[in-house]
Order: sequence, then structure tokens, then C-alpha cells
Amino acid sequence: MIALTLAHLGIVASALAVALAIALPLGIVAARRTRGSALLLGTLGAIYTIPSLALLALLVQAFGLGVAPLFIALVAYAQFMLVRNIVAGLRGVDAGTLDAGRGLGMTARELLVRVELPLALPAIVGGIRIAAVAMVALATLGGYVGAGGLGSLIFNGLALHHDRDIVAGSLAVCALAIAIEISLRTLERRLTPH
Amino acid sequence: MNHGASITFAGVRSRYPGSEIDAVGGVDLTVDAGSFITFVGPSGCGKTTLLRTVNRLAPITGGRIEIDGIDTATLDPVAMRRSIGYAIQAIGLFPHMSVGENVAVVPTLARWTRSEISSRVDEMLELVRLDPARYRNRRPSQLSGGEAQRVGVARALAARPRTLLMDEPFGALDAIVRRELQAELKQIVASVGTTTLFVTHDVGESLRLADRIVVLKDGTIEQSGTPLEILAHPRTPFVRELFAEDPAVARLRDAARTNA
Repeated sequence: MIALTLAHLGIVASALAVALAIALPLGIVAARRTRGSALLLGTLGAIYTIPSLALLALLVQAFGLGVAPLFIALVAYAQFMLVRNIVAGLRGVDAGTLDAGRGLGMTARELLVRVELPLALPAIVGGIRIAAVAMVALATLGGYVGAGGLGSLIFNGLALHHDRDIVAGSLAVCALAIAIEISLRTLERRLTPH
Repeated sequence: MNHGASITFAGVRSRYPGSEIDAVGGVDLTVDAGSFITFVGPSGCGKTTLLRTVNRLAPITGGRIEIDGIDTATLDPVAMRRSIGYAIQAIGLFPHMSVGENVAVVPTLARWTRSEISSRVDEMLELVRLDPARYRNRRPSQLSGGEAQRVGVARALAARPRTLLMDEPFGALDAIVRRELQAELKQIVASVGTTTLFVTHDVGESLRLADRIVVLKDGTIEQSGTPLEILAHPRTPFVRELFAEDPAVARLRDAARTNA
């Protein structure tokens, strides 16, 4: 049970890390381009609206059963939530603050690292929180495609009519989602200046 | 003592990309080293843009600006900005940094050593009359408007700039705090000898602070001169009206006429 929970968390955490590594540069570039960001967010939003089971089925066709299709689905789904919040966070930085940074002689890079990203951090963590919770739920489908995690407990339970497994798996998924929600929300509050 | 820079504007024009008109349309002005100059005029007169051409936050699309005889177009804008102090309204403080970190921004960018930065921060906070022990670790959100603006001044002067640019720095403050800070600012810049360019729409403020006032209208200089000259001999009806708005100013002007 603990092993399954850890496996579940492991898939979500590694997919989240990869998703963030993609979303951060995308978001930074998109924040500076009005038209480009509309196009990007439109595309990511379209991916986001594909029903998760359908997307997973398509990915299984392409990559076979196992962790790979689930991992790709998680990364793809997270993009919309992550990029949207990164763009919103960066655009929300006060114009006067940016002007002061430029006027004091920061390069574009120094401004990004020292001012824009730290001030956008609460919004970015907010995106990570929403994405992580959605990914915990989505990763349950991993049980369906042989990716392991708590989903396998639930789906096996359903197949074999082991009610206890179903309940235990479901409760564990809920607990994981709630724990992530609470801890990231706390972090988000801590990071907000005041 | 006088370590301020001399600044020459020669036919300076500034037009923002995509705009049909010059925000600044041909300004000639010589600023003596160590003097305090105010740019005054109504909204849209080009005073802020003119200030921003000095550190090239606004583009120079015609003419040139020389600082100590060096055409600024030949300098790297980032390095040049670090050598020029810059202060705007209180919102310009970085909310995620402590007071000490804010003051240390330019020395940090310029890679001063930790101990140099630390002693400079204390020195600057003392200069603007904020007790370093009490204020260093505070956040901007824990400051009053007047305190925040003092920090802005300390930050602008931290790296010993020879030129200081200020854009309505006291605009958001109430009248009493404003007066207090004006007097202190005048004293501080005189003690460090920095050449100061100060934008304001408040004619009273410009009279209290300036060695020379530059009145701007539609992107060009309407009149420039000492406060007394401008009060006693407004060259155009526009200047006369601008300085007549305030009854206190009108009294001052009458006094200036009698003395002149």
C-alpha cells in the first residue's frame, strides 16, 4: 500500500518536474508576446480539453502499455495549467517595479531572475499546485494501462470485486491530493510578499 | 567636493516606436555639474520622457546627450544606468526584498564585496535618517510612504552616482511629509554633490528644490531659468499661468518682483 502510494507520487513528481522544465521557458517567452501567447495557450488549452481516457488510449496505441503513455499524458495535461499561471504571474509584475529595475541598470536576464520570477513565484506555485492535484487524479488511470501506482489497486479491486482494495486505493488517492493541495497552498502563502 | 556630472542636451528628440509625434521635440539645455534642475509642466509635456532620455529608458531619436562630454550613445546602456541614480514613486521598491536588499541593488549588480555593501547600506540609511538597525530587515510593505521614499533615495544614491534622476518621487505623499522630504533631499544631494534632474508637476515643489527650473510644453522648453527669473519674468502666458495657479506662488512672485 505504501509502496503503491510512493510509486504514484513518484510518477506524478517526475512528470511534474519534466512538465515544469518545459513550461517555464515556454511561459517566459510567451509572457512577452501577446499574439504568440494566445496561440500557445489556445493549443495547450485544446490538449487540456481532450478527455483524459481518450488521450491515454491514443498514447497507448503509439507507445504501448506501461509508464510511458501515462507519463506523456501527465506532462501534456500539466502544460496548460503551468504555462497559464507562469504567464499570468510574469505579466502581473508591477510596471513601476520593472521600470525601477531597468533604470537601476539590470540586464533583461537580471531583471528576470532577480525581480520578475521571484515576484511571479506565488502564481507559479499556484499553477504547480493545481497541476499536481489534477495529475494525482489523472495518474490513477495508470492502473488501466499498466503504469502501476494506486490506480492498479483500484482497477484490480474492481476486476476482482475486492471492495476493500477499491476503498483503500480511492482513499489514498484522495489523501495524497489533499496533502499536496494543503502543503503547496501553504508554500504559496509564504511566498506572497507582505 | 563637487562630484556631480555636467550634462548637455543638444537638439534632443525622442519619439516612441509606433508614435506619429515626438514626445520630446528638440531640447537644448546645459546642466552645470552639481546643480539641481527641475523639469516642470502639465501631463504630456514631455518632462518624464526628457528625463528618461538621460539613462536611455526613452529612445533618443535625434540630437545627443553628453555626460561630462561623452556622448551617451557611445556607452553601454546597462553600465551607464548603473552609474546614474534613479528614483521613482514608492512603488519602485522591490516588494520581495528587504529595505537593506533594496538599497544594495546596484552595488550588488556591480559586484561590490559583501562587507562593502553592508557598510554602504548602513551609511545610506543613516544619510536618509532611517536607523539601520530598525529598518534594514523590514519589507517595503512595512514602511510608511515617506519611509519608502527615503529608501528609494538611499537606493538611488548607493553606488555613488554623479547624476541622479528622479521622476515625481514624492508624488504619492501628503503635503507635510512631502515638504519634509524636499528639504532633506535638497540637503542630501548638496552634501554628496550629485547633479540632480527632478521631474514634477507641482510648481511649488519645483520652486523649493531647483537651482534652475525647466518649463516644458508639448515636448519643448518653454522657458528655463532660476526660480526667481521665472517668477519675475515669465516669458510666455503659459509660464505665467502655470506659476500663478498656486496662491502661495503668486505671493512669492510679487515678493520676487519687489526684490528684483
